[in-house]
Amino acid sequence: MVLNDKDMRSAWEKVENYFQGSSIWMKWYCTGCGAIELPPTLTSRFDMERLGMGPMATPRQADILLITGYLSFKTLRRVIYSYEQMQEPKYIVAFGSCTVNGGIYYDSYSVMNRLDFYLPVDLYIAGCMPRPEAILNGFKELKSMIKAGKAEGYKKYKENYEWYRKNQIHSLKEVYVKDEFHE
Amino acid sequence: MNLINFLQAIGIVLFAFIFQTSLTGINRKITARIQRRRGPVWYQQFLDIFKALTKTSITHGWIYDFGVIMALGGIAATLMMVPIAGFESFPGMDNIFIITYLLAVGMLGMAMSASGSGNPWAAIGVSRALTSMLAYDIPFMLVMIGLIFKFDTASLSNFAALQQTGSIVTWNIIKYPIGGFVALISLQGMLGKKPFDNFIAPAEIASGPMVEYGGKHLGMLFILHELSTFIEVGLIVNIFFGGGPTVIAFLVKYVIVYTLTNMVSQVLARFKVDQMVMFYYKVPLALAFIQGFIIVITNSGGVLWF
Repeated sequence: MVLNDKDMRSAWEKVENYFQGSSIWMKWYCTGCGAIELPPTLTSRFDMERLGMGPMATPRQADILLITGYLSFKTLRRVIYSYEQMQEPKYIVAFGSCTVNGGIYYDSYSVMNRLDFYLPVDLYIAGCMPRPEAILNGFKELKSMIKAGKAEGYKKYKENYEWYRKNQIHSLKEVYVKDEFHE
Repeated sequence: MNLINFLQAIGIVLFAFIFQTSLTGINRKITARIQRRRGPVWYQQFLDIFKALTKTSITHGWIYDFGVIMALGGIAATLMMVPIAGFESFPGMDNIFIITYLLAVGMLGMAMSASGSGNPWAAIGVSRALTSMLAYDIPFMLVMIGLIFKFDTASLSNFAALQQTGSIVTWNIIKYPIGGFVALISLQGMLGKKPFDNFIAPAEIASGPMVEYGGKHLGMLFILHELSTFIEVGLIVNIFFGGGPTVIAFLVKYVIVYTLTNMVSQVLARFKVDQMVMFYYKVPLALAFIQGFIIVITNSGGVLWF
């Protein structure tokens, strides 16, 4: 984190950030109830494609991991796997109050409370549920952050990997997804 | 063949990329209007491709890397043979068999690369893509053999020149409407548009062959897709729509054919793979045989209709 607001990026990085901020491909991790707000955001009523955003099929292709709502510890393991499969630069958008402080699941034994203990969140869209207007507003904010080079969650994750890994191990015991297909 | 030919060929590839990518962007807007949306800006496709090229990328082994480069190189080499409004960078090399065979190099390169990633979805997608290639190529090639028999040439620029002798009536789509119809259905399959897009199918098999691609590899695949679209639509325009006496005429016909294909695609649902193969082997194949029969009868002096 630079202390002053001076732009430290090179000219090439500015061009890169312009393209990265203008075209946003998302992987929706829709196990939470927030998924229900995304179809109206995608389709004719609110039309997120006019802002250059769209869903992609796999984490490899996506720039953004959109986590809609609560994550149980079982799914958190899969989210960490998906996030580590993505290509840099990658961003996480956390959606709904469950990812901020647990929401209505704050005292559940099987649901994590704060997502940014485990993964670096670039942007929160708070609310239960956030409306499509809030989602579009949040993404506009994220686009301007990327264009200004201030969305640096993936760098934070690499720098503080030990800290994140310690938290993941503390909650999950092991961060290992059993791969039934290849066994 | 000297240096000028190669420079011209590179110029054609660059032109085709810029033109087709802009057209794809405009067609994304048209799609949006069909679905009552506003749609992205017209240069969104450029932003997507350049964004993908600025990202990092991983490798799954050298076959994975080499296949993408081979596919892109094969498609770019094919594009150099396609005549645009009588302009050829390598004169005399625009034989239709050369183009269809070289196209297969690109497709096989992509199949090899996708299989090299080791992902099961990619294997399913590749098998579907090759199956659909078998389905749409047979009716298309039957129609082409009929036309080659009739005109006694296999050169695309000759095809185009033969149709420019008169008015619109000399176009093959008017003279041989059944064959033209078959070719347009095959074009729908070649471009991977609905209802024949089951090898991409993002909701079923996680975008099929593209499942493991990210970053720069994905950007190269997007470029490959634009170039192969230019080849396939250019093929149809040259053979059935009279090519073009001028570049503008060629591009106008091109835009109309591509936009129509896209509009048809937006109002149809996706076929399953067996439905697609059965469809191609029933309707277009039967029509292609009828067209060939008509050509043979009329060519040998028979009268089919009063």
